[in-house]
Amino acid sequence: MTAMLEVRGLHKHFGGLNVLADVDLVIDTGEIHCLIGPNGAGKSTLFKVMVGTYEPSAGTVRFLGADVTLRKPFERVRRGMSIKMQVPSVFRELPVLQNLVIALQQRLPKAGIDAEAERLLTLLELGAQARQAAGKLSHGQQQWLEIGMALALQPKLLLLDEPTAGMSPEETFRTGELIQRLNGEGMTVLVVEHDMTFIRQIAQKVTVLHFGKVFAQGPVEAIVRDPRVAEIYLGKTHGH
Amino acid sequence: MLQLLGNLNGPQTIGNGRAFWIGFAVVLALAIAYPLGFDPYDVGNAAYFLIWIFAALGLSLMWGYTGILSFGQMAFFGIAGYGYGVISINLSATGGMTLLALAAAVAVAALFAAVLGYFMIYGRVGGVFFGIVTFATTLALAAFMGQTAGPEWAIGRARFNGYNGMGGMPPLELPWFGEPVLLEGTVLYYSILALLLVVYLGLRWLVNGRFGNVLVAIREDPLRAELLGYDIRKYQLAVFVLGSSLAALSGGLYTAWGQFITPAVMGLPSAAMPIIWVAFSGRADLTATLVGTFVLLLSFQALTVYSQQYALILMGALLLITVLFVPSGFVSGISQWLRRSHGGIRTRESLS
Repeated sequence: MTAMLEVRGLHKHFGGLNVLADVDLVIDTGEIHCLIGPNGAGKSTLFKVMVGTYEPSAGTVRFLGADVTLRKPFERVRRGMSIKMQVPSVFRELPVLQNLVIALQQRLPKAGIDAEAERLLTLLELGAQARQAAGKLSHGQQQWLEIGMALALQPKLLLLDEPTAGMSPEETFRTGELIQRLNGEGMTVLVVEHDMTFIRQIAQKVTVLHFGKVFAQGPVEAIVRDPRVAEIYLGKTHGH
Repeated sequence: MLQLLGNLNGPQTIGNGRAFWIGFAVVLALAIAYPLGFDPYDVGNAAYFLIWIFAALGLSLMWGYTGILSFGQMAFFGIAGYGYGVISINLSATGGMTLLALAAAVAVAALFAAVLGYFMIYGRVGGVFFGIVTFATTLALAAFMGQTAGPEWAIGRARFNGYNGMGGMPPLELPWFGEPVLLEGTVLYYSILALLLVVYLGLRWLVNGRFGNVLVAIREDPLRAELLGYDIRKYQLAVFVLGSSLAALSGGLYTAWGQFITPAVMGLPSAAMPIIWVAFSGRADLTATLVGTFVLLLSFQALTVYSQQYALILMGALLLITVLFVPSGFVSGISQWLRRSHGGIRTRESLS
């Protein structure tokens, strides 16, 4: 398997605080990779360095073989990344449909936008809310809409930071199904998550971050059975 | 029929239905017929009101559509005003040359906007600081122009004259078969009306297309817009230059209309005016801005006849009332109320 995203020797410090120390992470083409760890482990910081909203203090980020360490987020997106940040950020005052159109017009000519928007609305089960302001959707629906906007770009790599935060167990399960379906169609996915049930549902490979370092890495079954991981993380959140 | 209008209709403008366009045609017909029933002085006065609307539309585009609060409209107004004076006086412009001088003055202001905008936008000056820097620039320009009283402050034959202002520039002339036509009174009114129509429809077309979609996305959530692959700084800079150039167009026309400009146009009360017009009208809509600005200018002048101080106080009070009670603007508010009570005007939500 070839590497889609490759992080090498990554350091990030804010003043005297070292948040990431010598992190290596490889996401292979075609996998669903989950990034887990206790609160404050540096997951979100690592995510932000990967998408380009933070510049690393040292180290490199390579995407599809090219060094993108100093590239701005929009340049990474144009190369094939698509990103959903932790806090749901949709264009709240604009109708749901227009949210999708803004994302779609990035890659499609005018003639193709309507049909594709219709397809996404059906996929996201938001057809009935198409003309509503996005800010009026429920929290879970906003999360879905944002995932839909990320999908509209037809990315090679989908990066999701806590996509199920605030969702009901049923919504979480359906989000998992959606991610697996997209992966089945060939999309590589990186998910930052807390919810172990969700991780067991979708993950193929897991990286555990602890105090800004890679603590363990491997197939999901091995990570779940690893007693050291259970001690720092799973023990506290088991059955969560 | 509405399909024919294409991007003139869309999610970013209030008033997209048949009723709106019929109303639009009626207002336009009245505006065209207006000079027939009034004396040339009143017509010239109406032209004067129309001149300012370009600056208001520019601010609506920047502030209402893109979320960039520029306090610098009057700076670009002033630059183009003085620019027109310097260029036209030195060229002793007549005929079509006066129009070229106007275009060159707007281009100078646009270049200034591009340089200032580049350093602010790429230097990540955002939010309220954008307003503060543009405001300070405006006042600095006013102060600078105010101290140019001495004879050494001149470019070629054009003297700045400090607070007394620069005069003696030629009015605009339209090249015509035989001899040029002076743009004053009724001819000026029709020329500015036509220009305003082109700018208004052009901006509607712009904001309802792909470009406009990106602008409102930036206004709603700049990071989200960037994460969809848009180079948002380029869009912000383009809008800042365009919006400022519209203020420059107002400034050039104003100077040619009165053949006079002073630093006071860039002073504090003046610099605040476009903000008040646009906030009062409804910054997030071009039509509301156009209508509201015209109404305010008309009432302001009517009040100034009695007392300029009271007129200014009233403007300030109006801004406070708008911000406190109708933050989306009065004209926008009235059109929303009309829609709710009659359901006749198709607006953003009802249009894909």
